[in-house]
Amino acid sequence: MSEILVLVDHVDGNVRKTTNELLTIARRLGEPSAVFIGSGEAPVEALKKFGAEKVYAVDDAEIKGYLVAPKAEVLAQLAEKCSPAAILIPSSAEGKEIAGRLAIKIESGVITDAVDVADSGVTTQSVFAGSFTVQAKVTKGTPIITVKPNSAAPEEVAGAGALEQFAATISDGAKTAQIVASQPRQATGRPELTEAAIVVSGGRGTGGDFTAVEALADSLGAAVGASRAAVDSGWKPHAFQVGQTGKVVSPQLYVANGISGAIQHRAGMQTSKTIVAVNKDEEAPIFELVDFGVVGDLHTVLPALTEAINERKG
Amino acid sequence: MNIVVLVKHVPDATADRRFESDNTVDRVGVDGLLSELDEYAVEQALQIKEKADGDVTVTALCIGPEQAGDAIRKALQMGADQGVLVTDDAIAGSDAVATSLVLAKAIEKIAEANGAADLVVTGMASTDAGTSLVPAMLAERLGLPQVTFASVVETQGDQIRAKRDGDAATEVIGATLPVLLSVTDQTGEARYPSFKGIMAAKKKPLENYTLADLGVDAGQVGLDAAWTAVEETTARPPRTAGEIVTDEDGSGAKALAEFLASKKFI
Ligand SMILES: Cc1cc2nc3c(=O)[nH]c(=O)nc-3n(C[C@H](O)[C@H](O)[C@H](O)COP(=O)(O)OP(=O)(O)OC[C@H]3O[C@@H](n4cnc5c(N)ncnc54)[C@H](O)[C@@H]3O)c2cc1C
Ligand SMILES: Nc1ncnc2c1ncn2[C@@H]1O[C@H](COP(=O)(O)O)[C@@H](O)[C@H]1O
Repeated sequence: MSEILVLVDHVDGNVRKTTNELLTIARRLGEPSAVFIGSGEAPVEALKKFGAEKVYAVDDAEIKGYLVAPKAEVLAQLAEKCSPAAILIPSSAEGKEIAGRLAIKIESGVITDAVDVADSGVTTQSVFAGSFTVQAKVTKGTPIITVKPNSAAPEEVAGAGALEQFAATISDGAKTAQIVASQPRQATGRPELTEAAIVVSGGRGTGGDFTAVEALADSLGAAVGASRAAVDSGWKPHAFQVGQTGKVVSPQLYVANGISGAIQHRAGMQTSKTIVAVNKDEEAPIFELVDFGVVGDLHTVLPALTEAINERKG
Repeated sequence: MNIVVLVKHVPDATADRRFESDNTVDRVGVDGLLSELDEYAVEQALQIKEKADGDVTVTALCIGPEQAGDAIRKALQMGADQGVLVTDDAIAGSDAVATSLVLAKAIEKIAEANGAADLVVTGMASTDAGTSLVPAMLAERLGLPQVTFASVVETQGDQIRAKRDGDAATEVIGATLPVLLSVTDQTGEARYPSFKGIMAAKKKPLENYTLADLGVDAGQVGLDAAWTAVEETTARPPRTAGEIVTDEDGSGAKALAEFLASKKFI
């Protein structure tokens, strides 16, 4: 069986859940080879657990300070060496950019934002703000597919996890956009927005006070999201934004509070399995999408709901 | 200084967007406009022009059918100096790979007349395809440093600094011109064309290129040359309206809790 390269998504060597999902999908297509670009020891054990037969470790000392381009060179050189049957990359902004550059380098087709990949290589995507589902396939070269979080339930299967150091040659041209400063995002202690099973969001209707939204989120073990109006007002950082120009989420449950439901916001949440909204305006367009809606003031409804949930939990 | 700003003409997202029988985006039956996210690119290009010492030419570039000229006209009304529209029947159905090829060739051709581009500015994503692939591919093809997803942009002489809100960190990216820059909607509202701008735009040059002008073979672009194939498109069934209750003395929270329990969320 041929190798499937999986670019490992990690923060300082801690493998993120998306990687386990990608490894699980890779097993449908061939033998997963994890590509770890980072410093220190490669997290072989974590990668083996979800079926990595091989782990290519690429020391990033030389490339860490540069944006995107060097990673595309690493993958191009690895692809040259092992002729994989496909390359899977996490569908983050950076992941998609790596995929784009790689596609040109190795003259291969690329599909972004897949929410599923069948063993035939046919991908499923959701387009036009979630109003269409598209089935597509790469027809040239080595399929490069970026896969969204939550696209597969990670399956634990022991892989061989054979570690191989890979020394890539990075061109000077790839080292022209420099990361001159970096501020890690503050940990919130809550699930990652794009990975969470439940997302509780607040909009302009919070009036800037997210206490009730956060308390509800915590009672449900949910991630917190925000509309652009809330982000533009400086109430939450941009990393919390759900929508066309923020994160696209597809959780089991989405709770929109004080959010009107503009098309750009819908683009980021309307493929959620179940949608619930609290809004004091019964005409708010968000109510067109909901499975259940409450017309009311979020400042009274949410605390009462949180209390009811905590009571049920006993 | 020469700035090329990319402006895509896209189907209006508030209209009923759809696919043709060959699974390409219907670009004719649905009203089109300048992609909202490219307005931010035009705005940044104009701000850079206004702040720079010396002469700056801003060229708005678009690939699309004839009516896509509207996207360029809007950019000219906002303040861009000239426009280039690449139109060719063979281009229809092109993927990001082919689009980036044609854009790269057009940017080279614009350079023949103007001098090389110091900055190529794009939106963060188109509002139809929305892949964000084109900027990265274009940087790769043109061999330019890639400064993408900028939420704040500063230029000084030949230096550019941009803030980028990444997944794990907020970064400051620095590079020396020439650079490919993509900007997000966090960079600040785009200006509206003034009456004066609208009148002035009528006299600004708008050139048309075909593939032959760019030396691109028709076989390299279009649906048949795409490196990916769409096999099927399915409209998602519209969501059926759910139950809506009006909160009275705590009844809303109670009903919602019951709903969540019935769905096993609590
Ligand atoms: C290019 C572009 C990109 C965009 N991208 C995004 C994006 O990624 N994400 C996004 O969210 N938006 C995006 N927008 C903005 C979008 O168009 C809307 O402006 C935005 O979503 C509105 O946010 P909101 O619903 O919080 O605010 P509003 O539309 O002002 O709605 C506030 C709602 O709160 C309700 N409310 C007020 N007080 C209370 C209360 N006490 N209790 C309960 N309800 C209350 C009101 O009835 C109202 O429905 C984008 C816009 C553009 C032009
Ligand atoms: N046909 C086109 N004409 C002009 N610019 C384009 C075209 N396609 C893409 N772009 C530019 O590339 C950006 C990203 O597009 P995309 O990769 O399709 O998401 C857009 O915001 C535009 O600035």
